[in-house]
Amino acid sequence: MSYKINFIKAIRHSEKNSYWFILPYVIFFLLFVAYPLVFSFILIFHRWNVVTPMEWVGLKNFKRMFSDPQFFKAMINTFVFLLIHIPLQIGVALGFSLLLYSKGAMRGFFRAVYFLPVIVSGVVVTILWQNLYSYDSGVLNSLLNVFGLPKVPWLIDPDIAMPSIAVMATWKNVGIYIVLFLVGLQNIPKEMYESASLDGAGKYSQFFKITLPMLNSTMVLIVVLSTIGGFSLFIEPYVLTGGGPMQSTMSGMLYIYNQAFYFGHMGYAAALGFVFALVILSVVLLQRKVVEADSV
Amino acid sequence: MTKSLLKYFALLAGAAIFAYPFLWMLAGSIKPEMEIGNLSLWSSHASFHSYEQVLTKIPIIRSFFNSIIVSVSTTASVVLFGSMVGYALARLRFFGSKLLFALILFTMMIPFQITLIPQYILMVKLGLTDTYASLIAPTMMSAFSIVVFRQFFMSLPQALIDAARIDGCSEFRILFLLIWPLSRAVIITVAILTFMSSWNDVLWPLIVVRDRALMTMPQLVTIFVIGGEAESQLGLQLAAATLLALPVVIAYSFFQRYFIEGMAYTGIKG
Repeated sequence: MSYKINFIKAIRHSEKNSYWFILPYVIFFLLFVAYPLVFSFILIFHRWNVVTPMEWVGLKNFKRMFSDPQFFKAMINTFVFLLIHIPLQIGVALGFSLLLYSKGAMRGFFRAVYFLPVIVSGVVVTILWQNLYSYDSGVLNSLLNVFGLPKVPWLIDPDIAMPSIAVMATWKNVGIYIVLFLVGLQNIPKEMYESASLDGAGKYSQFFKITLPMLNSTMVLIVVLSTIGGFSLFIEPYVLTGGGPMQSTMSGMLYIYNQAFYFGHMGYAAALGFVFALVILSVVLLQRKVVEADSV
Repeated sequence: MTKSLLKYFALLAGAAIFAYPFLWMLAGSIKPEMEIGNLSLWSSHASFHSYEQVLTKIPIIRSFFNSIIVSVSTTASVVLFGSMVGYALARLRFFGSKLLFALILFTMMIPFQITLIPQYILMVKLGLTDTYASLIAPTMMSAFSIVVFRQFFMSLPQALIDAARIDGCSEFRILFLLIWPLSRAVIITVAILTFMSSWNDVLWPLIVVRDRALMTMPQLVTIFVIGGEAESQLGLQLAAATLLALPVVIAYSFFQRYFIEGMAYTGIKG
C-alpha cells in the first residue's frame, strides 16, 4: 500500500511537462525496439512464411542451423573478412594518421579526400569497385598489365573474392579510422615525448613505447567498430557477387536476407539473426577483454 | 627536406588512391562505352548519352524525390524528438528518467540483425509495406541522437533555464526558442549524420519496398545494376552511381567539418 503511494507521489513530484517530452520516444521504443525483441524471441521457435499461420517447431530452427553447412560457411566467410579487414584497416589508418599528424600544408585537404569514400553510399562504392575489379577490362588489371604483370581474377577466384571485398571495405571505411587515430594522437601529452627524448629514447622506441600503448583505447574502438561493420556486410556481396563464387562471399547478413526474403523462411531467418547478434556481442566483449588486457 | 618530400609523396599517393576512382567514375559516365576500360580521365567524345539513357530507363528522378522525402522526414523527426527526450533527460526531473536512460543505452547495444525481421513483420501487419511510412517510421528516432543532445544540454548553464522559467516560459518554449538557437552545431551534426545514413541506407528499402515508384535512389540504382536493366553497359552504371553520389558529395563540400567531426564523435561515443 505505502509502496503504491510512494509511486504516485514520485510521479506527482515529477515536472509536469516531462512526460509529454518523452511520450513519443516511449511509443517508438515499444513499437520498434521492445515489440521486435519480444517477437523475435517468439519467432525463432516457429516456422513461418508470413502468409500461412505460424507453426510451433520448438528448437528445430537451431537444430537446422547447426547442421546447415551454409550457415557455417557464412560464419567462416565473416571471420575471413574480419581477419583481413581489421589488421589492414589499423595499419593503413595508423600510417596515414601519423603522416597527417605532423604539421604541414594541406592537411585539411588530404583529410577531406581520405574521408570521401566514407560519406558516399556503399552502392556507389560497390559499383565503382566492380569495374575496378573486372577481370577483362577492369582498371586494376589494366594497371597490372602496364607493369607487365598477369591479370588477377579478383572476384572470380573463390580464394580471392572475399579478400577483394575486404580490401574494398577498407578503402571505404579507413577515413573514419584515420580521423579516430588523429584524435587519439592529439590526446597523447607532448611531455611524454619530451622526457623520453631527454632520456635518450629514439624515434622508434618512442613509437613502440609511447605512441602505440597510448593509442590502445582507439585500437579497441576500431576493432569493435570494424567487427560490427563486418557482421553487417551486405550490400557489397549483394551487388558484386551475389554471395559467390562457390558461396565464398556469402556474408551472414546476406544469408539472413536470402533466407527471409528469397525463400520466405522467417522463423529460420530470425533464428539466424538471433545467433548472429549473440556472436557479435560475445566477439565484441571478448575483443575488449583481450585488447584491454594486452595494454597492461 | 627529403623526409618532408617523402611524406608529401606518400600523402599524395594516398589522395590518388582515394580520389582517382571517383574521378574515373565521373569520366566514365561521360565517355563512350568503348573508352571506359582505359585509365585516362579524358575523352575527345564526351557526351551525356549515358545520363540520357539512365533517365529514360529508370524513374531515377522520382527516386531522387522519394529519397529526399524519406531522408528529410527522418532527419527532422530525429532532431525534433531526439532533442525533446535529450532535454527531458538532461534538464527535467521526473520519475523513471533513470530507467528511460538505461533503456536508451541498452537500445544502442542491440545488433540490428535481431530486430530486422520482426520490424519487417510489423510493417506487414500494419499494412505499411510499399509506403513512405514504412521507410521512415523505424528510423524516426535514434537512441544515439538522444544521448548526444542530452550530453550537450547538460553543459548549458542552469541559470539560463531558471531565468526563462521565472519569466513564465513553458518547457516547450524553453527548448525550442531558447535552447535550440544555442545548439546549432549539435543540431547540424545530428542532422547531417542522420541524413547521410538515411540517404545511403539500402537494406531496409530493399526489404519493405517492391514498387518501383516508391524506391529510394540507392535502392533503384542497386536494382538497376544487378537486375540486368543496365544490360552490362558500364557507362549507364557509372552515370547512375554518379547521380546517386552527387547530393551527399555536394553536402559534404559545404559541411565537411561537421561530417568528419560528427562521424569521429559517433565512433567514440557509439
